[in-house]
Amino acid sequence: MTMVDYGNIAMLFILIAASLTVYFIRNLLHAVIVYGVFSFIMAVIWLQMNSPDLAITEAAAGIATTVLMMLVIFRTSRREE
Amino acid sequence: MKIRDLILKRITTLVLPFIQVYGFYVIFHGQISPGGSFAGGIIVALGFIAYATAFGTEEGRAVLPEKVTISAESYGTLWYALLGMVGIVKGVPFLANKLAGIDLGVPGTISSGGLIALLGIGVGIRVASTMVTLFFTMLEEEV
Repeated sequence: MTMVDYGNIAMLFILIAASLTVYFIRNLLHAVIVYGVFSFIMAVIWLQMNSPDLAITEAAAGIATTVLMMLVIFRTSRREE
Repeated sequence: MKIRDLILKRITTLVLPFIQVYGFYVIFHGQISPGGSFAGGIIVALGFIAYATAFGTEEGRAVLPEKVTISAESYGTLWYALLGMVGIVKGVPFLANKLAGIDLGVPGTISSGGLIALLGIGVGIRVASTMVTLFFTMLEEEV
């Protein structure tokens, strides 16, 4: 077990925590922000697993889907007080 | 939706060309380096989305009218199909590359993919226009 392995294990735990948070959180905007964290950590893990191709796709598609989900939230139910 | 923020607009104007050039770089180098037409197309689309977010929907629509995105989507797919037909015309399977007698060049150079580079351009344009269409559809739709 090298330092890189410990880093990978830590990132996988962050990944599990982020996905559980997205599921259980009540505020939709906060859920989207945590989903951005999930996407970023996933991109770093792809890079660690020697697949930069998927890392680039995950980063770009993660940003794009986050923007689209933000738009959907702002256009539907959530209203700023 | 209109945001009146000078800093946001200025930064968007400064960063936009670099985003677009990087997106097209990822598309054109898809066959020899990490990335590809899907990721590159999304990066190109993100440039337009950033512009439309900072400058307002009407101005974003003026840059990319609906007619342009619709024809880019259709012709990107048609371009892919036409390039696949090259194999059938030559008497080998659909989308054949080396079997169709295309010179693959020196491995590692940008022209070493044969048809893949040309296919990637079509897919990149299609993905970019699809993302922009999704964005504008969600933004302009009346709730």
